[in-house]
Amino acid sequence: MDFFKIESHVDFLKPKKIAFVISAVLIVVSLVSLATRGLNFGIEFRGGVVVEAGFPDSVELPPIRDALEAAGIERSVVQHFGSSREVTVQLLAEEGARAGETRDRIMALLRSVDSGAELRRVEFVGPQVGRELAEAGGLAALFALLMILAYVSFRFQWKFSLGAVAALVHDVIITMGIFSLLQLAFDLAVLAALLAVIGYSLNDTIVIFDRIRENMLRMRRKTTEEVMNTSLNQTLSRTIMTGVTTLLVLLALYFLGGEAISGFSMALIIGVLVGTYSSIYIASATALALKVSTVDLIPPQPKDDESGVMP
Amino acid sequence: MVLNRFPLWKNLLVVVILLVGIVFALPNIYGDAPAVQVTAEGGQPLDELALNRVTAILDARGITHGPSYIEDGRVTVKFPDVEEQLRALDLVREQLGDGFVAALTLAPRTPAFLRQLGLQPMSLGLDLRGGVHFMYEVDMEAAIGQALDRYEADFKTLLRDARIRYKAVRRDGDVVRLVLDSAADQQAAADVIAEADAMLDVDRRQSGGDFELVVRMTEEQIQERQDFAIEQNTVTLRNRVNELGVSEPVVQRQGADRIVVQLPGVQDPAQAERVLGATATLEFRLVDEVNSPFEAAERGRAPLGSALYTDRNGQPILLRRDLIVSGDQLTGASAGFDEGQPAVFVNLDARGARKMGETTRANLNKRMAVVFIEQKRDLVERGGETEEVTRTEERVISVATIRGVFSNRFMITGLEPLEARDLALLLRAGSLAAPIFKVEERTIGPSLGQENIDRGMQAVAIGFLLVIVFMAIYYRVFGLVANLALLTNLVLVIALLSMLQAALTLPGIAGIVLTVGMAVDANVLIFERIREELRNGNTPQAAIHAGYEKAFSSIADANITTLIAAIVLFTFGTGPIRGFAVTLSLGIITSMFTAIVGTRAVVNLLYGGRRVQTLPI
Repeated sequence: MDFFKIESHVDFLKPKKIAFVISAVLIVVSLVSLATRGLNFGIEFRGGVVVEAGFPDSVELPPIRDALEAAGIERSVVQHFGSSREVTVQLLAEEGARAGETRDRIMALLRSVDSGAELRRVEFVGPQVGRELAEAGGLAALFALLMILAYVSFRFQWKFSLGAVAALVHDVIITMGIFSLLQLAFDLAVLAALLAVIGYSLNDTIVIFDRIRENMLRMRRKTTEEVMNTSLNQTLSRTIMTGVTTLLVLLALYFLGGEAISGFSMALIIGVLVGTYSSIYIASATALALKVSTVDLIPPQPKDDESGVMP
Repeated sequence: MVLNRFPLWKNLLVVVILLVGIVFALPNIYGDAPAVQVTAEGGQPLDELALNRVTAILDARGITHGPSYIEDGRVTVKFPDVEEQLRALDLVREQLGDGFVAALTLAPRTPAFLRQLGLQPMSLGLDLRGGVHFMYEVDMEAAIGQALDRYEADFKTLLRDARIRYKAVRRDGDVVRLVLDSAADQQAAADVIAEADAMLDVDRRQSGGDFELVVRMTEEQIQERQDFAIEQNTVTLRNRVNELGVSEPVVQRQGADRIVVQLPGVQDPAQAERVLGATATLEFRLVDEVNSPFEAAERGRAPLGSALYTDRNGQPILLRRDLIVSGDQLTGASAGFDEGQPAVFVNLDARGARKMGETTRANLNKRMAVVFIEQKRDLVERGGETEEVTRTEERVISVATIRGVFSNRFMITGLEPLEARDLALLLRAGSLAAPIFKVEERTIGPSLGQENIDRGMQAVAIGFLLVIVFMAIYYRVFGLVANLALLTNLVLVIALLSMLQAALTLPGIAGIVLTVGMAVDANVLIFERIREELRNGNTPQAAIHAGYEKAFSSIADANITTLIAAIVLFTFGTGPIRGFAVTLSLGIITSMFTAIVGTRAVVNLLYGGRRVQTLPI
């Protein structure tokens, strides 16, 4: 079987202006949402308590909320988790008093609603630890980006690296933007997924760049845009195949892996989709806009750098 | 030159790695059996003697048990079912006596010959097997405060012994201030202090008629004191964990002021926490029989030399400030009953016994109180900022009239049965050198742990199946070869995890799933390249050769960047994230091998060195 029996000749870079506009709009919307709505940080980053309990039968949430409020536990978030028989009660550190007692009090209240309530999971993070985790997480993301940037600069010419990084920043902002827009919980696992997205998106970009570099040295008479289009077409089959297989396992993980890693799989699904698109339109188009040419691929000479004009 | 033939050593390498992988992964297919694990209380390794004792106890009562063996200095006995396991636990606990800790556990059913080779299945993280993870922070300020309080008390004794008159000796923030009458006394006091502890930093001051000495701890002493506090607390927590009877617990220091405690299989975090986090200690004080406690309560102030408390019935009571004995002078404690009432039987060390003997002799028929002291930490909102504030909770748990002289052995009554048990346990395990506070908790119930395993495995299986079917349809024979590589990759990852004994977590399983998806990428790159070469009119042999050759740089670049991300995650990440980073990194490394070298070996075997007209790709 072959999706592309004959060589495809799609002019990928023709609608690059439209793609730029779409990306710009997505990024602006993401940034606005991040600035106004912010991310729905989990208690891991903010400090607080989550108690998950399982019930023998499905339970309604209002009686639980009433019981909590009557006991003076206000501003708690009560949700079903996975099914109507599982309930999570979440309390931020500001609201929560002493952690151990809070857990035991919440469990006692849940048992008063239904005596069959069973403790399934507790997560408590002190405010100090939460701040540390957020800091370490941010640092990890930054450090990963820098390391990858260094590696790509070492392997490719700087116009390519800029293209690759533009694509990465694009993917990260949009994925976070979607998490912000939908107010999906942003926890440590999602942060890890975000770093995996960086790895994946770069994967895609590098494979395409590798081919562009190879073709540029072979097809010297063609324009850069033509070379890029050829390369994108040659790698298209691989781009789609890898995207599909990765999405297949991610969908399996999202639907079967349970609520605990649904956020993680969601971030990766969004990231893989956005990352595939960005490798074609953002990474290559940025390199093109920077007027990357065959000259750039001949071992670097200082004056070459002046040929790059920022768009 | 014949294209696409591997030299013998390369084929052998592939076969050897595959075989080693299978052997190391093998222990994982046997599952677990209910078992009882016995360890020595002090942590020293047990020998055959202990093993024989345990099995003799079981055989004597006719309890059927499976294989028993010693591993890592622990005695493990497996049972056919949970009922026998529970019966055995009670029996072993009852008959083995002090010095041993028996706990329920799940032991792998790994056959003896594999176990003897040192092969073990993957260890599961707490989120998969259920259990409790606590992270405690040691209150360093309190540790220093306690040291300064001790200096204050010591200085008073030193001055008294050296017959130096003083106006005041008191702790003032992070210094101890001594106020003396003359320059001569000041000099004498400084000499006495220097003799007792030469390292202390002593400043002289004079204001009016007061000659002062300001004593402070040096940086080094503070550091030493803090190290001591955390080391001591780690030991105490380990003792307490042993008292709880948990199999394979982890108690370990983390960073400058934190201690991590992991208790696999513990289902009730509340009980574990009550025992672990308790900063409880006891103090024995005489009751102030001279002043009226009600008057003091009304004025809200206790007379000099006394302190106001509330007893169990909510009545005010005045206790003398002088301590008879405190919790750190206890050498043993056990819970039991006295005339039907729960009681804690206590042993004192020599110093405590002497003091207790003197006090009881001098105060016959007067009352003595036992004060239970506990440190708690509250979150308080102050000016928009949330702060943690330490408070000390002191309760009088029993007041009894001294009926006779006693010294090293006596008992405390007036407790609830559960309280008596916990208190005896805490007193036995030793008190904490400084208060600790929980800053993180992750508890996973056993049912959720099993559910996480089932769901994770299901996700792996289905994801794997989908990819396999897809690859087989799309690349036909080559797809099957890639699938073989994928399967090998899974075996190798499991083998490596078993070898390293890195705990497998739910995010770890997610990492495995992700590598399944990404591992095929290398093969996709190669196969697409081969198709392209074929389209360009190359012969099948040349196409295979060029395909592998040309795809290599892309594969290497792509995998190295992902590996960089994974390593950064491992370095910066904590707990659950690390699990993901570990499996992702291992998966990337093994997939490079299986996808490039492994598939090439098979492809070479199938097509290499012979005339092939078309390739089923």
